[in-house]
Amino acid sequence: MLSLFKKPRFRGGVHAEEHKTATAALPIASDFPLPKKLYIPLQQHVGKPAEPVIMVGEKVLKGQLLAYSQGLISAPVHAPSSGIIVDVNDYPAPHPSALPIRTIVLETDGKDEWMATQVIDDPFQLNPEEISFRVGAAGIVGLGGAAFPTAVKLNMGRENHVDTLIINGSECEPYLCCDDRLMQERAGDIIDGVRLMLHGMETEQAVVAIEDNKPQAYLAMLAAAEPYAQINVIQIPTRYPMGWDRQLIRYVTGKEVPVGCRSSEVGVTIHNVGTAYAVHKAIRLGQPLLGRVVTVAGGAVKRPMNVEVPFGTLISELFDFCEVDKEQTARIIMGGPMMGDSLPHTGLPTVKATSGILALTKSELKNTEEQPCIRCAGCVSVCPAGLRPLDMANNIRINQLDAAVDLGLKDCISCGCCSYICPSNIPLVQFFKYASGEVIARQQAQHKSEQTKRLIDARNARMERIAQQQREDELARIAAKAERERLKAEQEALV
Amino acid sequence: MYVLSAIVSLTLLGLVLGLLLGIAGKYLKVESSPIVDELEALLPGSQCGQCGFPGCRPAAEALAEGNAPATMCPPGGSALAEQIAVLLGLDLDLSDVKEPELLVARVSEATCTGCTRCFKVCPTDAIVGAPKQIHAVVADACIACKKCVEVCPTECLQMHPIEVTLRNWRWAKPLNVPVQPMGTGSNAVC
Repeated sequence: MLSLFKKPRFRGGVHAEEHKTATAALPIASDFPLPKKLYIPLQQHVGKPAEPVIMVGEKVLKGQLLAYSQGLISAPVHAPSSGIIVDVNDYPAPHPSALPIRTIVLETDGKDEWMATQVIDDPFQLNPEEISFRVGAAGIVGLGGAAFPTAVKLNMGRENHVDTLIINGSECEPYLCCDDRLMQERAGDIIDGVRLMLHGMETEQAVVAIEDNKPQAYLAMLAAAEPYAQINVIQIPTRYPMGWDRQLIRYVTGKEVPVGCRSSEVGVTIHNVGTAYAVHKAIRLGQPLLGRVVTVAGGAVKRPMNVEVPFGTLISELFDFCEVDKEQTARIIMGGPMMGDSLPHTGLPTVKATSGILALTKSELKNTEEQPCIRCAGCVSVCPAGLRPLDMANNIRINQLDAAVDLGLKDCISCGCCSYICPSNIPLVQFFKYASGEVIARQQAQHKSEQTKRLIDARNARMERIAQQQREDELARIAAKAERERLKAEQEALV
Repeated sequence: MYVLSAIVSLTLLGLVLGLLLGIAGKYLKVESSPIVDELEALLPGSQCGQCGFPGCRPAAEALAEGNAPATMCPPGGSALAEQIAVLLGLDLDLSDVKEPELLVARVSEATCTGCTRCFKVCPTDAIVGAPKQIHAVVADACIACKKCVEVCPTECLQMHPIEVTLRNWRWAKPLNVPVQPMGTGSNAVC
């Protein structure tokens, strides 16, 4: 009876067709040929772009620092292979707009020669601060897709005395299974990374949460975590968006993260399994983050696979390796099909946030012919954030964005469940993405108009001051003239 | 007798109240309509005149009297129209309002003679320079009022659209498909 009154442990969500079978059974391919040129963007993370420390024409070794992080929230960039720097300039970014981003171009020499790395025998002797410093220096960012600098998160966890570290192994997006394979093949290294993270955050316990559609990964992780009592590996139901941090925290701990708060404020920090693996490599082997496992899948891919590639590899080269049929490709997506970004062409590099590249055929895309709403409330029941997508969209349609913000537009996570479930193909999440950008633009415009008023007032005050000064000068001049004439008259009278 | 006392008392009452009203009218005088002040505070204040009124104050007065639509201010765009509609309690369909194209003034170094005319007219001090030195526009402070373009003798000041970069790129609005007005079909279901 009591369970009736208990809050449900997850809210909304959809169970989309998984499409993972094509790649989930194949081992991670490590025979990807080293590209001749790597295009390494200076901003592959949330925060400020990195600042280059190399010069064009310089020879660099694998793992060498190319650009240092500037500011509190930023991450450095390292050379994914050895070679010569041939250019530092603007190149198209892996972004839906493909607008230019500052990029270092590295011509590889094929030797893949490492710089001297520092191997530590017992990293648990290091200070927790030292762990996060090394993680930051290795350029590690959240590899689940958010690309938030990991060191900042570790520091926040330590400062807020977080009691639980959740390792996100849910990988709830369809098609993607890079984390699944990583957990199956490198479970020991991931668990080692988790232990290092626990040490770095001074946290007692960790929970590794894996969706129950990945039984082999679960078993591998369970076996690897066995010797460590502080690490608990659990299975969670398969439901998109389980990997959303707030949803996962709610399911695992029962705590709800309040609006506008960070998860560390309720005593939980969340990291991806790929990030834990990168931490292991950075601390144990002294290797910075130079590449990652990327899922290449979709109907147009003849050899779908998970492949380990260096950052800066062009998607076109990746597609050649996986034999993608260009004719059939109707859409290229970076990330998963639900939240990923559609890319205009393949001449774009893979970056730290690239968990997958999908080449989808026309039949895999959703019919986009919009029809009137039938008031089925499907979007309301699947919304994991508890919003009313249809009402928000109706307001946005007539540009009443303030009303949409009142309905909770800012809590929308753009997960796409509403658009996925809508039987009338209403582009709901597309409306929210547009509106979120527009709200930010309006805030900036508002800020500018306040600034403008201040500037106009300052100018008017200055003009007034100048005019006042001129009036006073004029009066003083007249007075002086009168005085002069009076003196002259007096002198004349004396004469 | 009763009639007389009624006339006297009512006349007195009328006089006293009239006096009170007269005093109140003098001492509690409202200088200007508060709604006009509020509207004027919302408007950009650059006195650009694109609405057809001689400045932001007359435009605010026209708005308050209902002689101008809420969408009258081109630089303010739909964000401003929405605020005005909320203030005036108007029902507003903004789906047809065109967003203003964002422009910024730029000096062409090749033809600038350093005549200083432009920065004397700039209302936000967005142009910097000195006599016989090439002037430059501080893009963040430029409000695209085009006053500098009018006074420039060599036409070296031109308006350019603001460049789209990764920082200011935004998703476009999904194509507008006519949708049934709310409430037309829903009664049958409930």
